[in-house]
Order: sequence, then C-alpha cells, then structure tokens
Amino acid sequence: MKKSALQYWLRYYRAEIRAALLIQLQYRAAFVIWLLEMIIEPVVYLVVWSTVARARGGEVGGFSPEDFAAYFIVFMLVNHFTYSWTFYVFEERVRTGKLSFRLLRPLHPIHSDLAFNLTYKFLTLVVMLPTGIGLTLAFHPAFEFTAGQVLLAVPAVALAFGVRFVFEWAYALVAFWTTRIMALNEMYYVILLFLSGQVAPLSLFPDWVQTLSYVLPFRWMVAFPVELLLGHLDRGQIIAGFVAQAAWLGLSFLLLKWLWARGVRRYSAVGG
Amino acid sequence: MRVFLTLFRVNLLFELAYRSNFFVQALESLSHLAFSILGLALVYSHTAELNGWSVYELLALVGVFFAIGGLIGFIIQPSLQQFMQDIQKGTLDFALVKPVDAQLLVSMQSMRIWKLTDVLLGAGLIGFSMWKLQTAWSWLRVGQFALALLDGAIIVYSFWMIMATLAFWLIRVENLLVIFESLYEAGRWPIGIYPGWLRMALTFIVPVAFATTVPARALTGRAQPEVLLAATGMAVALMVLARIIWNIGLRHYSGASA
Repeated sequence: MKKSALQYWLRYYRAEIRAALLIQLQYRAAFVIWLLEMIIEPVVYLVVWSTVARARGGEVGGFSPEDFAAYFIVFMLVNHFTYSWTFYVFEERVRTGKLSFRLLRPLHPIHSDLAFNLTYKFLTLVVMLPTGIGLTLAFHPAFEFTAGQVLLAVPAVALAFGVRFVFEWAYALVAFWTTRIMALNEMYYVILLFLSGQVAPLSLFPDWVQTLSYVLPFRWMVAFPVELLLGHLDRGQIIAGFVAQAAWLGLSFLLLKWLWARGVRRYSAVGG
Repeated sequence: MRVFLTLFRVNLLFELAYRSNFFVQALESLSHLAFSILGLALVYSHTAELNGWSVYELLALVGVFFAIGGLIGFIIQPSLQQFMQDIQKGTLDFALVKPVDAQLLVSMQSMRIWKLTDVLLGAGLIGFSMWKLQTAWSWLRVGQFALALLDGAIIVYSFWMIMATLAFWLIRVENLLVIFESLYEAGRWPIGIYPGWLRMALTFIVPVAFATTVPARALTGRAQPEVLLAATGMAVALMVLARIIWNIGLRHYSGASA
C-alpha cells in the first residue's frame, strides 16, 4: 500500500516535470529575461555597498567590498533557488477562470506549481552557475566555506524554499477576495526586498528592523542560508534559524489550508 | 504637437473610463518611491556621500530616474509595443496611410495616462531636493538641466525606436526591450560607482547613463560642458540613425493588404 502511494507520487511528478520541461523549453527567451532581473539586482547592490565600504576607508558594518561581493553573489544563487512567483500568476488564474481546469484534477494544484518551479530551477542552473563564476571573477569575493557550513546550507536552502513557496502560495490566495492584487504584490515585493536581505545584509539595518526581521518569515526565505553559508552565524543562531524555518513552514501550511478552504468556496467561474 | 494633443485626448477619455486603474498605479508608484527612499536612507545611514553624491543630490537623481521612467512607461513603451505588434500582424498599414509622418504617429499612438504619476512624482522629488540643497538659481543651470533632460529623453526614445524597428527583420524584439527595462534599474544610482566595463556598457551599449546620471549632474551644477556636448551629439546621432533604420525598415515591410 505504502509503496504504491509512493509510486503514484513519483509517476505524477515525473509527468508534471516532463510537461513543464516541454513548456519551458518553448519559452527560452522569456526565462532568460527573468533571470537577467535576478542577476542585475544583486550586482547593483553589490556595487553600491562596495562603494560605501570604500568611502568609509575599507569596510562598513564589518563588511569589506570583498565580503559584499561574497554576500551578494551567494545571495543571488540562494535567491534563485528559493524564488517563487505564484502570487504573480494566481490572480490571473482566478480572474480568467483558468483555475477551474486545475481544480478538476484529483490533486491539489500546488503540486503542479511545485513541479513547474523545480523544473525551472534546474533548467536555469545552466545560466545561473556560469553567471556566479563570472561575477566571482569580476568582483573578487572573499569566500571561505567550511565543509560543515556547506552541509548545513543544503537543508537551510531547502527549508527556505519550502517556507517561501508555501507562504507565497498562501499569500497568492488573497486573489480569491480581490482582483486588484497587483498593487498589493508591489508592496509585498518591496517588503520582501528589504527584509529578506536583498538590498543589504540585514545586520546593516537599524536595530528595530533587525528585530522585526527575526519575527517575520522573510529573513528565513533567503538571508538565513546565505549568512549560514558565509559563516556569519554561531551555533546558537544556526539552531534558532532552523527552528524558525520549521515554525514558519508549519504556520504557512496551516495558513494555506485555512485560506484555501475558504477561498475555493468563494470562487465561481463561468461554466464551473 | 497637434497630433500629440489629439491622441492625448483620445487616450485620456479612454483611461477616464477606468479610473480605478489610477489608484492601482498610484499605489505602485508609491511602493517604488518608498523602496527608493528607504534604500537611500539605509545607504546614507552608513555614509555621508556616495561617490561624491550627497543624499539630496542622489534624491534628485532618483527624481530624474522616476521622471524618465515615467515618460517611457507613459508613451514610449506602449506606443512602440503596439508598433511591433502591428508589424507582426501587418496592421501597420493603418498608420502608414494617415496623412502625418508615420514615425511620429507610431511613436505616440498609445499612452498610459496614469504613468504620468511617475513623472509628477519625479518632478516633485527633483523640486524637493533642490529646495533641500538650497541651490542658487541660475538660468545657465536650468538651461543645462533642460538640455540634458531633453537629450536623455531623445536618447532613450531613439534607442527604443531603433530596437523596435528591428521588428521589421526579427520577430521577437520585445524581449530585447525588456532587457533594457531591467538595465534601466541600474540608472537609479550614479553611473560612476560601477566598474569600468559596466559603466561603458551602460553609457554606450544601453545608454542609461545619459538618461539619468547626466541630467542629475547638470541639475546639481556639476555637468562638464564636454559631457553635455557629447550627450547632445549622441542624441542627434541616435535620432538620425533611428530615422535611417526606420526608412530602410519601411522598404522592407509588406503589409497584410499589400
């Protein structure tokens, strides 16, 4: 019984991934553009903060230009792994009724999004990794990875992806209640940019923002694995980080279930 | 100009039918503004100047960034996207048979009125920074700024126009233009902070520098005459080039009805 359930899921995901692969290979150009945005942003902040560090005589808040380079290059890669875009597309699914087709399937629609996301991640590694290497050559980052940090970073990145994917999927469900979610998305994105550490390492923020960032989910979506990998965290902080990630993953699941149950009931489509 | 006013009226009437879009746009603009200002506040909490720019000088740069970005979003992008679609579908004929210059017409055929919010916001930011900087007014500086801004607008427009005209030969040019949009983000910061190769690319390959940094420098009274001269030269050259490519492209075009 157990084995056949596992086989069922494997078969399901294999089919979804194959379909996703075929779709994504069709739209190569569009995906390169998405990627470009993910690359330009960290490069800009890398340059800005390196300039600040140099103006201050070599470092700011314990970061030298080389440390910033390391931070933003690693950030770019981790951000790529944990990135999710459900909230950009979900409103359209509700508004146009495309969601109906997904509801007809015997599985929760989140699975097909997950398969699509994972396929995209591995497909675009072909571009992401060379970019990381190119930026490394251009900006001379100060990398010092220990084997332990790398080993711990793997589950941290996976959990960060889980938190981000589930939380944003739950957030996207707001589209059941309002169709003007675009403006809300902009605000969500701005908060995410700051509190996930994309604009600057969180230790450069005023204290109250840092405190806030520990309570909210965004730090655990990107900044935590980055800091972990770069060796900025001590043992206690690492354990606390994993606990926070697990807690937010659980909370997001509950939120998702709760919103989904109420949202689907509100949803009605033409012909549905 | 009369063509512009007529088209503006038509577009305005159209957009007034969808007023709630204005609030969406306003929220979007305010989010961008908050993002820019918070970013500046964070950077300047650690330093007094960035590459020779004080905080209000950089705020003026952000103002120019918003204004030019708003201009692109208001008229350049929607018009030229329409233009590229027309080439693909063969409906460009409708523009060609009208008794005005066709390049002019396609360049202003579609407007997103609410994007003017960004232009106004940019102007407000520029005004506020000037007030904070206690700048001494001089006609020379106003003139320099106006010239630099005009150059920047022309350069950006010509660049878009050239890219869009490539649609006569290539099919998927929209993507190239999206690349410009993401590179334009780099213009939020002074071009001088970027390493040499990137600065070159942002000046000559994708002329972001002329659109934001140069006007902001003129505004804060630090534009060297030779830079302004170069910007003007580049504006004229690109405009002529855009026209030449447009003419060649038109010869290449055969419409749906031809």
